[in-house]
Amino acid sequence: MKKYKADVVVIGAGAGGLAAALEVKKAKLDVLIVERAKELGGITLQCIHNGFGLKEFEEELTGPEYIQRFINQVIDLKIPYLLDSMVIEITKEKKVYAVNNNEGLIEVEAKAVVLAMGCRERTRGAINIPGFRPAGIFTAGQAQRFVNIEGYLPGSTYVILGSGDIGMIMARRLTWEGCKVKAVVEILPYVSGLLRNQVQCLEDYDIPLITNYTVTKIHGKERIKGVTISKVDRNFDRIIGSDKFIECDTLLLSVGLIPENELTLQAGAELSDNGGPIIDENLETTIEGIFACGNVLQVHDLVDMVTNEAKRAGLNAVEYINGRYGKELKKKDIIKCIPGENVNYIKPDIINKRDLSEEIIFTFRVRYPDRRVQIQFKDENNNVIYKKKKIYVIPSEMIELNLNLEETKIDPTCKSITVEVIPRPEVLIEEE
Amino acid sequence: MSESSASVVKVIRCIVCPTGCQIQAISKGSDIVFEGYTCKRGLEYAEQEYYEPKRILTTTIRVENGFLPLLPVRTDKPILKEKLDEALSEIAKTVVSAPIVMGDILIENILGLESNVIASRNLTQK
Repeated sequence: MKKYKADVVVIGAGAGGLAAALEVKKAKLDVLIVERAKELGGITLQCIHNGFGLKEFEEELTGPEYIQRFINQVIDLKIPYLLDSMVIEITKEKKVYAVNNNEGLIEVEAKAVVLAMGCRERTRGAINIPGFRPAGIFTAGQAQRFVNIEGYLPGSTYVILGSGDIGMIMARRLTWEGCKVKAVVEILPYVSGLLRNQVQCLEDYDIPLITNYTVTKIHGKERIKGVTISKVDRNFDRIIGSDKFIECDTLLLSVGLIPENELTLQAGAELSDNGGPIIDENLETTIEGIFACGNVLQVHDLVDMVTNEAKRAGLNAVEYINGRYGKELKKKDIIKCIPGENVNYIKPDIINKRDLSEEIIFTFRVRYPDRRVQIQFKDENNNVIYKKKKIYVIPSEMIELNLNLEETKIDPTCKSITVEVIPRPEVLIEEE
Repeated sequence: MSESSASVVKVIRCIVCPTGCQIQAISKGSDIVFEGYTCKRGLEYAEQEYYEPKRILTTTIRVENGFLPLLPVRTDKPILKEKLDEALSEIAKTVVSAPIVMGDILIENILGLESNVIASRNLTQK
C-alpha cells in the first residue's frame, strides 16, 4: 500500500478544498489534496455563467475563471495533490484511505483533516415522482455537466422541476443552445433561487414559471414523452382537477442539494439536521482535528462564501496543529445554538466557552420569506442577548452575522442560545 | 402635454438587491420617467435596462485537440441583449485549438460590438 504523510489532508479540490489547502501551505505546513475527479476545480468548473467573485476579487467572473485563479496558486505553490483518487475511509486517528488506478490503495497519515467534499443533488427518488423509468430524466447539475463540459445536449424540449439557481441557469443555457424550455415548475409559492436568475434566465426569455405546482406523473416508457403537473395545496397535496399535461422529452430536476457526508459519518462525526456535520465556532466537527467547510458543511449561495469559510477551516487546522494537537483534551464546556422560529438551521451548532471573547461567525437560513423582521438571539431563560432589524429575508439568501458574544453581555453560565427571525414588535402594533 | 397622457411602457424588475422593486418606465409626453425605485442604484439599473439592455454572454466553444471537447468562454464586455443570438451563432461556427490559457482572445471584436470572446479557463492538450 502506497503511503503518504502530511500535516493536513484536504478531501476535495473544489472551491473549498483549494482555498483551505492554500491557507495551510501559506502557514508553512505540509498539505495534500485528494480529489476524485480528473482535474482540480470541482463543480465550479461547470458553472460557466458569470456572477462569481464579486466579494473575493471585487470583479465579476465566470465559475471557471474564479476557480482557475485558485488552481494557478496551488500549482505555483507546488501543493501536492492526488487526482482520480476516491477517498473510501477517514478514521478518527486522521488516517485517510483512498483508491486510484495507478497506485491502488493509498493511506495518508495526517494530523488534521479538512472535509471539503461538497454536496450532491436531490434526485427523483428523493422526491418520489410516480411513473415508469424512461430515459430523459436528469438532475440539473448533471445536465449542466453534459452541456458545458462534455458537449452533449440531454434532449430538445424540457420541463424543469424546481426553481433553484442551477435549474434557472440551465433554462437559459439550454435556450441558448437551441432547446425549448416549456416551463419551470415550482412547488412553493415563490422562487427558490436568486431574483437575479429569475429575471435574467427566465423572464428575459419568456420561460413560464409555474408556482404552487409540481410534477405528479411522468409519461413515456422508453423515453419520457411528457409530464403531468398539478397544483398543490398548503400541505403540498395535489389538488384534484388541476392536472395539466406538458409534452417534453426531458425533465430536469433542480430540487435541492444535500451535503455529501457519508465519509464524515463513517469517521464517527455527528451530523445536524441540515445534513452537514455538527461544528463549533472553529469549523471543527465532533472529532478533534477534523474540520469541515464549503457545501459539505452547509449549502452556500455564493462560491465567494465557500472560499471565505474554507480559508477559516484551513487556518483553524493550522492553529490546531500548532496548539492543541497531541495535548490532553479538556472536557468541552459548550453552548448549544438552536434554530428557533423561522430559522431552518444555524452554524455553528456549538460554541466553546473558551472562545466567547472572540468574534464568532454565525450563518443561517430562514424557512420562509418575510419582510421587516427582527433577528434575535435568546438564552434558555428568554433573555434577549442580541437583536438586529432586517428588511427582507428569504430562504435562498444565507444570513451571516459576526458577533462577539461577550460584548452582548451573555450570561457565561448559559447552556444554549436560540436564534429566531420574528416580525418586528412595532409591526405587530401597527397591525393591531 | 397633460398628466393624463402618462402611460406605463415597460415594467422592470430591479435585480440590484433582493427587495426586487418593480420599476415602471412611464411615458409622459416625449419624456420617459421612472417610478417605483427605492434607491439610486435602482434608478441607474432601470435606465440602463430601458435604454440599452446589455449582458455578458457566457457559453462554450468547440476545441480541437483539447483535454476536453469544449472550452467555456465569455465576452469581456457586456454586449447588447438583442445581439446575443447572433453572437451565439458566431461562436458556434468557431473551433479553437488547445493549449489555451485563461484570458486568451478567441474571437476579436465579435460582430463589431467592441467586445472580445475570451477563454474562461486554461485547457491543456489531449
